[in-house]
Amino acid sequence: MNFYEHPKPDENDTDEGLTCGRREHLVVIGNGMAGCRAIEELLARDGKRYRVTIFGAEPRVNYNRIMLSPVLAGEKSFDDIVINGADWYRDNGIELLSGDPVVSIDRERQIVTSRSGRGVVYDKLLIATGSDPFIIPVPGKDLPGVIAFRDMGDVDTMLAAAAEGGDAVVIGGGLLGLEAAHGLTLRGMKVTVIHLMSTLMERQLDEAAGWLLKSALEGRGQTILTGANTAEIVGTDRVEGVRLKDDTLIPAKLVVMAVGIRPNVALAAQAGLDVGRGIRVDDHMVTSDPNILAVGECVEHDGQVYGLVAPLWEMCRALADGLVEAPTGYRGSVTSTKLKVAGLDVFSAGDFSGGDGAEDIVLRDASRGIYKRLVIKDDRIVGAVLYGDTADGGWYFDLLKKGEDISGARDLLIFGQAFASGGGPADPKSAVAALSDDAEICGCNGVSKERVVASIMGGACSLDAVRSSCKASASCGSCTGLVETLLALTLGDAVEAGPKTLCKCTSFGHDDVRREIVAQGMTSIPEVMQRLHWSTPDGCSSCRPALNYYLLCALPGEYVDDQQSRFVNERMHANIQKDGTYSVVPRMWGGLTNPRELRAIADVVEKFNAPMVKVTGGQRLDIFGIKKEDLPAVWADLNAAGMVSGHAYGKSLRTVKTCIGSEWCRFGTQDSTGLGVQIERMSWGSWMPHKFKIAVSGCPRNCAEATIKDVGIVCVDSGYEIHVGGNGGIKVRVTDLLCKVETEQQVLDYTAAFIQLYREEARYLERTAPWIERVGLDHIRRRIVEDEIGREALTARFLFSQCFSQEDPWAARASGVEREQHEHLGEFRPAPALETVR
Amino acid sequence: MTGDWIDIGPLADIPPRGARTVPVEGGEEIAVFRTGDDTVYALVNRCPHKQGPLSQGIVHGHAVACPLHNWRISLSTGEALGEDEGCVPTIPARVDAGRVLISRFGALAAALAA
Repeated sequence: MNFYEHPKPDENDTDEGLTCGRREHLVVIGNGMAGCRAIEELLARDGKRYRVTIFGAEPRVNYNRIMLSPVLAGEKSFDDIVINGADWYRDNGIELLSGDPVVSIDRERQIVTSRSGRGVVYDKLLIATGSDPFIIPVPGKDLPGVIAFRDMGDVDTMLAAAAEGGDAVVIGGGLLGLEAAHGLTLRGMKVTVIHLMSTLMERQLDEAAGWLLKSALEGRGQTILTGANTAEIVGTDRVEGVRLKDDTLIPAKLVVMAVGIRPNVALAAQAGLDVGRGIRVDDHMVTSDPNILAVGECVEHDGQVYGLVAPLWEMCRALADGLVEAPTGYRGSVTSTKLKVAGLDVFSAGDFSGGDGAEDIVLRDASRGIYKRLVIKDDRIVGAVLYGDTADGGWYFDLLKKGEDISGARDLLIFGQAFASGGGPADPKSAVAALSDDAEICGCNGVSKERVVASIMGGACSLDAVRSSCKASASCGSCTGLVETLLALTLGDAVEAGPKTLCKCTSFGHDDVRREIVAQGMTSIPEVMQRLHWSTPDGCSSCRPALNYYLLCALPGEYVDDQQSRFVNERMHANIQKDGTYSVVPRMWGGLTNPRELRAIADVVEKFNAPMVKVTGGQRLDIFGIKKEDLPAVWADLNAAGMVSGHAYGKSLRTVKTCIGSEWCRFGTQDSTGLGVQIERMSWGSWMPHKFKIAVSGCPRNCAEATIKDVGIVCVDSGYEIHVGGNGGIKVRVTDLLCKVETEQQVLDYTAAFIQLYREEARYLERTAPWIERVGLDHIRRRIVEDEIGREALTARFLFSQCFSQEDPWAARASGVEREQHEHLGEFRPAPALETVR
Repeated sequence: MTGDWIDIGPLADIPPRGARTVPVEGGEEIAVFRTGDDTVYALVNRCPHKQGPLSQGIVHGHAVACPLHNWRISLSTGEALGEDEGCVPTIPARVDAGRVLISRFGALAAALAA
């Protein structure tokens, strides 16, 4: 016992309840979701019974592996998906030995040994080694650039590859493969998915839903090859492509293998435990050695192995009950699946292969892209596939798990819970009230209705409090509505109000609506209004422009802008004045102009009798008094001289104001004019929550007044200061210094990242100044300065979105697009009649 | 009776939740609105508040928000909604076989009311 690591002094050891000399030592192999969840369950039952040591192979704290897809997609950061940070281990007296995997188990002496040679004695050992990705044994599988999609390290590899762009191949069109493909596509790679079977996600979807999914993914620019068999991965020093059995060669600088997983049983097998496909366990998760338990994806229970997260929660409960000698037993799991790809709602549960005595109920709504299929056997739901509208997935799954007789509601079943259980108008409240106590509310964190209600009763009176106390709705957020309803049902008026609602048409705040648009993948204003229970038929002049913006921001290149939800100026691409005429401001890049532009402006002023021309505060020229009918002709003339819209009318980038900088000024330190032009070329045309102004000053004398702009660059000898959140206007606010950078490229990248963060997080009609005051400069610094990967992702998302927004709206209108916005419908000349009446 | 209605164009030429204008010689311009549920209304194109062109406002339900100061005007009565007070003349309008018709008499009366 000389290598035995003595327990650290622990205040709990002096607890009067502990009479023995030391507590039993529980050693956990595996710091993943199963290992840590098991300990959480144990601590919830009895925090003092065991001293806990956890070995982890990855050099990280415990994180939510199923949320790696949103990290890859740029929707979450690593910090967002940490389940238990370092403080959790410390607070619970848990010793974490990370980056040091266990290499052997000596069952006789009850000692595990790690790679570094550390030996630790256990009383109880819990194996939670999870699973390993299955790598198909083809030539080239070991080339650099061929990876799996299993841990944060793989995500880092993918992000690094995606930063350079190019081609990627994902082998495997299952859940994981498609999430990887989605993430890589969002990160700007050209992705081909190779799938052996003829239907994507064939274990979860039937042919119809698989087809809908394939079409949707192809619509997003992915190439999907089904029935495609990989022959070899080609490349000399690193991967260069994938060759199929039919000899097709697909170029790739990155290959992600996501064809399946295998329980990681090596350690258990080596120790002589009973191992089948997984480590065999009984109903209490005990292996063939009574002192060794196992849980998660590495186990085989009743002949079944599981690769999804929900069974893991159930196993951990049974395991913890056994460890505190109040055994309940695990009886196997029925699983359901959701695809975490923004904008694609796919849900499946149970068995949908049909077979004898099975009947189908199918609902298709092609125009909305909805497909629902329920498989019924002996008046019970045995399988469900939902595509496009998965709101009732939880309800069907609950009926399926319980084996409830559905004959009474059969006719209405397919229309969802609201219809089938009441017939009356959909009342989400009563639907939630009707859910059973053990109905799952949060799939990401395995939280039942009972637990959510218990944490509300325990004092969690707001959505945020529920999120931090029981984690429901804290991951993907798709159950937020459910949690809010539970709050309302449990507390009535005592629910602590969140931020105020977007407008009178809805009970949701801006942030809720935005989150749900992304989480539920909504793609149109009517869909948002439908799904979020808008109380008016088509909204109002407050919510429609906001929703239009949120959708535009969430779905660059996909969302079709609704002109009727734009304020007049943005719809007319000019500024309405008090007499109903418009003013027109062509863009002057960085405030620079030339004789040709000035001549064209002068000609327009004369040709259309504009009564006034004025130099604006943003270093451009404003032409006043133009009639809406004349606008297209004015724009055509300005276009002919090379000028485009200045967006002086939009919630969008207005101007980039500059001083003359080092090119002319004796004090200038950098080329502020040139840099301003570059920034404006990068960011013009982008729609934002509110107007956005940028300035670049060539030295700290700050002649461009950069420190009262949304982004202000102040050049200094050693580089560039980036200032943010300034505002002129009613309430003057001076910018905060975000950081200092050294190169023009960094200025461009940081500016793009900041704009994108503002676009994604600020509320509609919130300028950067109040936004920063609300979220705090520290938040902005963390996201833009400290989180390099996150910043790069923001920049990439901004540039991607810009691919679709840098078309001159004036040119389109001048060529006749949306002519109805400018022309009269008809004319009425009642002259003779008027005389008669007179 | 058809002489009492003027055909001003096809319904399809007015965007849903949008409006088009019809200038009246010697009178005030008329704004013809189409709501989300395809009802058609015609009003004088002038907000009772500061004469903003109502045709350029955001149409929601059976109301329009004036583009200048966001007054909400009922499309059916022409009256300002909510706290505001004021009224703009309306002109009877209807859709027949996909064509938008406005009342000749109504248009004349509205033109003269200016």
